[in-house]
Amino acid sequence: MSTTIADALELEHVESHLHPEGSFEVDDHPVPTGLEEIWRFTPLKRLRGLHQDAPLDGAAFTVDVEAADGVTAVSVPVADSARGASGYVPVDRVSARAWQAATSVFEITVPKDLVTETPTVVRLTGSGVEHAAAGHLLVRAGAFSHAVVVVEYAGSATWAENIEVVLDDGAQLTLVTVQDWADDAVHVVSQHSRVGRDASLKHVAVTLGGDVVRASTSADYVGTGGSVDLLGVYFADAGQHLEHRLFVDHTAPKTRSNVEYKGALQGQDAHTVWIGNVLIRKVAEGIDTFEQNDNLVLTDGAKADSVPNLEIETGEIDGAGHASTTGRFDDQHLFYLQSRGIEEEEARRLVVHGFFNDVIRRIGVPALQERLVEAIEDELAEHVGRIG
Amino acid sequence: MTTLDIKDLHVSVATEDGDKEILRGVDLTVNTGEVHAIMGPNGSGKSTLAYSIAGHPKYTITKGSVTLDGQDILSMTVDERARAGLFLAMQYPVEVPGVSVANFLRTAKTAIDGEAPKLRTWVKDVNSALERMTLDPSFAQRSVNEGFSGGEKKRHEIAQLELLNPKFAVLDETDSGLDIDALRVVSDGVNRYTAQGDRGVLLITHYTRILQYIKPDFVHVFVAGRVAEQGGRELADQLEAEGYDKYTRRSDAPAGAGAAAQA
Ligand SMILES: Nc1ncnc2c1ncn2[C@@H]1O[C@H](COP(=O)(O)OP(=O)(O)O)[C@@H](O)[C@H]1O
Ligand SMILES: [Mg+2]
Repeated sequence: MSTTIADALELEHVESHLHPEGSFEVDDHPVPTGLEEIWRFTPLKRLRGLHQDAPLDGAAFTVDVEAADGVTAVSVPVADSARGASGYVPVDRVSARAWQAATSVFEITVPKDLVTETPTVVRLTGSGVEHAAAGHLLVRAGAFSHAVVVVEYAGSATWAENIEVVLDDGAQLTLVTVQDWADDAVHVVSQHSRVGRDASLKHVAVTLGGDVVRASTSADYVGTGGSVDLLGVYFADAGQHLEHRLFVDHTAPKTRSNVEYKGALQGQDAHTVWIGNVLIRKVAEGIDTFEQNDNLVLTDGAKADSVPNLEIETGEIDGAGHASTTGRFDDQHLFYLQSRGIEEEEARRLVVHGFFNDVIRRIGVPALQERLVEAIEDELAEHVGRIG
Repeated sequence: MTTLDIKDLHVSVATEDGDKEILRGVDLTVNTGEVHAIMGPNGSGKSTLAYSIAGHPKYTITKGSVTLDGQDILSMTVDERARAGLFLAMQYPVEVPGVSVANFLRTAKTAIDGEAPKLRTWVKDVNSALERMTLDPSFAQRSVNEGFSGGEKKRHEIAQLELLNPKFAVLDETDSGLDIDALRVVSDGVNRYTAQGDRGVLLITHYTRILQYIKPDFVHVFVAGRVAEQGGRELADQLEAEGYDKYTRRSDAPAGAGAAAQA
């Protein structure tokens, strides 16, 4: 089986809103009005013109890198970069604008056959929201390599970004993105992964900070045996808009995907959006996919939108399903814990940690798991005692 | 000696058709050192009584009192009642996703005792409590009741009873759904608990089967939201022979009428 992604796409053109026509040209993407399907949940007014024509020439940020032995992490001019290696074509205006505006590409390269447990950590810290900026990140995992890459965002920024991820055959990559922004940050990011034959990608999206975060995350496959796990943990406080848009495009047979996002919301006008799209093309026989989103609404005034979406072009699949839940504290949970003497506040904490636990356990990076449990504890410390 | 005193307890629940009275004047006094069996048909309000004592928010007390050595239980929160010495083994124990049994038990023990248990002995205590209930020690790492079989859930309740060691235990149909081996294991646990002395048990059951293993000092027949008759062990034998018919026929109560629908 040596079908390339291009062949696959030529084989069958899918008329689906899940598969919009991409373009590198900004003008091919009209300024969104907010009525478009892909923009209808996003508070455009708060994007500081990222979706219009705000110059993307800001430079008020720093990048810190701790690379594992053998892994390179450097910034290179666009002309010298391997940009486009994932086959990604911008599917919205912000992405196209970021593509055109970026002057350099931050390339993280895991060489073929390199196996390392040590995470490679890249930390971007913004120091101002006034001048919007564009970034491009390319993560390449060579054949049969095995690595962990963590990308962290902190500070204040108005940031439009494209992330490309390329897994060669047999590569295993855990990519963690941590949005630990300050309260005023705006981040619109499109991330696309191309998964090689027998390669497996685990992406973990941790979204805690920022005023508006809109992350569009997609993946497709160039060969059989590819595997994608997209895990997410988010926690929205008062006024925050955290939007995750997932799209898994099963472009090859015998591939699997699993999407699991869990979010908690607390405070007035905390808003989360989760769109989970999965497309199973005609060629993608024998695939297995499941997507799940659970939201825990901790207070009045918070709102979680959750839209799973499965489009199936072939009947020859092993499994396909989705589930979405949005709920408040379960009285039964609290009653059971309290009936064992545990105070209400402590019971609530246990329930929230328990809610996130399943997905956190699956991250597989112990240091990050611990940090995440602490981060959730910090979020809870502010509010949960007052929840009634 | 400590006394759990239930006086003229009236309880209702909110339903679509308005409030519905389920308990209609329950009087019951349980002293430590005593085992009281409460037997009654489905829908007679046994679980409602258990939940009301524990403080479940779904149930509204409209009249009457529940006191523990004169202390008003009904004005306490659910967790305060537990810390005052009450324990409820639930008919349908609740699954709490993502919260490990180990974490749950340690948190509960800390809350009840007012201090964290000593780590080394505690782990041993938990393991042996699970073992006595024929639950594998690996249960400590699983989420509370999640994916447990019906019988495992019940045995987990009794493991908690032994670890938390309250003054009074209300056991709501802990025997239902248990096979004979599990029934013995559970009964042994309850008997160990009462053998300490100075412990009280309210053993709610639908069947007389468990009374071969746990010997009650008193038997109360519960029908249509109140105690219809009480006596000693011989009352259980009589129920075994005759069933609840004579009580249910006598009653024209709405809660009794609900029994058929629920069974
Ligand atoms: N939340 C509720 N809403 C409406 N009816 C209820 C509710 N809880 C209990 N009931 C009714 O109250 C009666 C007693 O129930 P329960 O206490 O569970 O009885 P038992 O445990 O003896 O089988 C039944 O008729 C039952 O249907
Ligand atoms: Mg019952």
